[in-house]
Amino acid sequence: MAEMWINMGPQHPMTHGLWNLRIKVDGEVITDAMPEIGYLHRGMEKIFENKTYVQIGPLTDRLCYGSSFTWNHLYCMTVEKLMGLEIPERAKWIRVMAIELQRIASHLMWLAAYAADLGLLTGFVWAMRDREIFLDLLQALSGSRLTYNYARIGGVAADLPPDFERDCLRAVDYFERKLKEHENLYNGSKIFKMRTVGIGILKREEAINLGVTGPTLRGSNAKIDIRKDQPYEVYDEIDFEVACHTDCDCWARYIVRMTEMKESCKIIRQTLQKMPKGPVRVKTPMLAPSGDAIGVVEDPRGEGMMYLIGDGTDRPYRLKVRSPLFVTLSAAKPMLLGYKVADVVAIMGSIDVCMGETDR
Amino acid sequence: MDMSKQIGTVMLMKSKDFLAWFDDWFGRIMKKGVIGRGLDVLLTDFWTWARVNSIYPLHFGIMCCALEMGAASASRFDAQRLGVIYRSTPRQCDLLLVNGPVSKKLRPDLRRLYDQMAEPKWVIAMGECAISGGPFWQSYSIVQGVDKFIPVDVYIPGCPVRPEAMLEGFMKLQDKIRATKKGVLTEERV
Amino acid sequence: MESSSNRVEPVGKKELSQLVSGFERKLERELPLSIGPDLTEIAVKREGLVSARCNKESILKLARLLRDKYGFEHLSLISAVDWRDRFELVYHVRSYANYCMMEIKVPVPKDDLEVYSVTSIWKGANWHEREAYDMMGIVFKGHPDLRRILLPEDVKYFPLRKDFQLTEED
Repeated sequence: MAEMWINMGPQHPMTHGLWNLRIKVDGEVITDAMPEIGYLHRGMEKIFENKTYVQIGPLTDRLCYGSSFTWNHLYCMTVEKLMGLEIPERAKWIRVMAIELQRIASHLMWLAAYAADLGLLTGFVWAMRDREIFLDLLQALSGSRLTYNYARIGGVAADLPPDFERDCLRAVDYFERKLKEHENLYNGSKIFKMRTVGIGILKREEAINLGVTGPTLRGSNAKIDIRKDQPYEVYDEIDFEVACHTDCDCWARYIVRMTEMKESCKIIRQTLQKMPKGPVRVKTPMLAPSGDAIGVVEDPRGEGMMYLIGDGTDRPYRLKVRSPLFVTLSAAKPMLLGYKVADVVAIMGSIDVCMGETDR
Repeated sequence: MDMSKQIGTVMLMKSKDFLAWFDDWFGRIMKKGVIGRGLDVLLTDFWTWARVNSIYPLHFGIMCCALEMGAASASRFDAQRLGVIYRSTPRQCDLLLVNGPVSKKLRPDLRRLYDQMAEPKWVIAMGECAISGGPFWQSYSIVQGVDKFIPVDVYIPGCPVRPEAMLEGFMKLQDKIRATKKGVLTEERV
Repeated sequence: MESSSNRVEPVGKKELSQLVSGFERKLERELPLSIGPDLTEIAVKREGLVSARCNKESILKLARLLRDKYGFEHLSLISAVDWRDRFELVYHVRSYANYCMMEIKVPVPKDDLEVYSVTSIWKGANWHEREAYDMMGIVFKGHPDLRRILLPEDVKYFPLRKDFQLTEED
């Protein structure tokens, strides 16, 4: 059979962002794969070295725009560790609540894009409709639908607006009912199951050695979640389960994300109950001390990390961003070998690509 | 005479030469002649109505504004009521929506996508990054504005652009198409 | 060998401090004996974080020891820093079973930019090293495919070096 290299990208409906997947096919079967990235490289790390700590805040939103609050929060947490700041209790609980609202919105965006790729357009419309409700809540908190800049160094920007608890609980109740409808749609669809069960298998040891984290790893039978292993903010005072599945295929990753959405609803309810009263922000110094600090969080896509080196001025000396998808994308090749060209969309969609953080 | 020789030899022509001969004669009668101008006066309103209500953008998302583009085609904002249907290949599109910063690595590929689209075609620069480089204007790897290498028709400011603003941008493009009133056959203003 | 197959189930933060402080003290005692004078300044920074400084000749030996004997199976990050008189590579590796992260700083002199690649030990280091080459110009010996990853292939400069200034160019 004739072997040839095919370029899927940078403009392709599957890509959700700009990257190029070069696959070598022998007929219909894939024999080699090489992802190519860099089409969205903006030189964020160089820009960070030229701006003050306060000016960097809105730029961190644009790192991964699918889940922008997590990067905002990660940056603020890292700078607070470097400066040795202790933030008020109420700010920590509000941050956790906003992180979980963002996690649900991010997973719904993934679900909409995945359903649209696999041809299940009803899933696209339903997921976007439910995502709008969470975007409305986040807009009430911060003023913007997509890039919030709500977490600030020293706490959060402002307290909760009036009646926010009532609206948030209503939204979470509504969403838990609707999630059952979503599950019926996908679990009952024979075509969706045929396209995801047994496709894109990545075994546990190989996944850990390749550096894969997040729902892709938890779908490969590894119960590893930063919120439980190295709790930050107030996650050690909240009761929730880590989603994990034993099959290592696309169906497992789908189930892991649906379970994570349910667990996020539980976490939001607990934060609303247990939130104490008090201030939401402390005053921060202009200059940061010399030294370094790391911050690690559980992004909806995996383990996000920032390594910050300060040098006594009001600008960072080096701010390095670890993006979970940078590493998961490099693990595309073992997931793709041996499958057919039509499976590429299902496999690459299940790792939830968002190129903003990969290319920085 | 010139014409009789041409009619005589048309039977012996190769297909490439036949097409060139046909284009030449068709152009003389339709595009520059009376028949072409007459048809244009009758039909331009119809063509304009068809173009305005069926703008097909390309399935091309660069950065955050692409998520708002996706939200605009969902049920709350519903771009499809304006006739907007996304197509995956540039040969079938009339609109190139540039919704993010263009890096130097992407620049030749984006120009190639623009060249692959057939006339008539329009370009919308959506968001600050496409207009002028946005928050990344200082960067070493960003082209400061997409209008440095592609002609732009409508600029939509915002960071990110709200879906309502994007729909207004489409309506401004519709106004622009109506105001242009270019004839299809003669390519002159009617 | 402590590996992830016999790890304990996740527990809360308060019980962690009793479990893991023994492991970090063990690392602090045993690693200098195994690696020798190339490993310096090993210290337990806080619960769950051990930092050390290692010369670039011994980085492969240290990496193999960490993965095989102590269960550090996940490489989180390789950062490259330009300190004006030298470069520095910072490796962050994590052991899931022992809830511990190790930070290893490797100085790279400006006149000898070659370092051994750790892709043979942790395959996840592949793209991190390509990025360090792309942004700073550090060359990794033994890397399977060392070429630029984020910038176009024909670019001649290394942008994250401190002598490269951002200009308002066209």
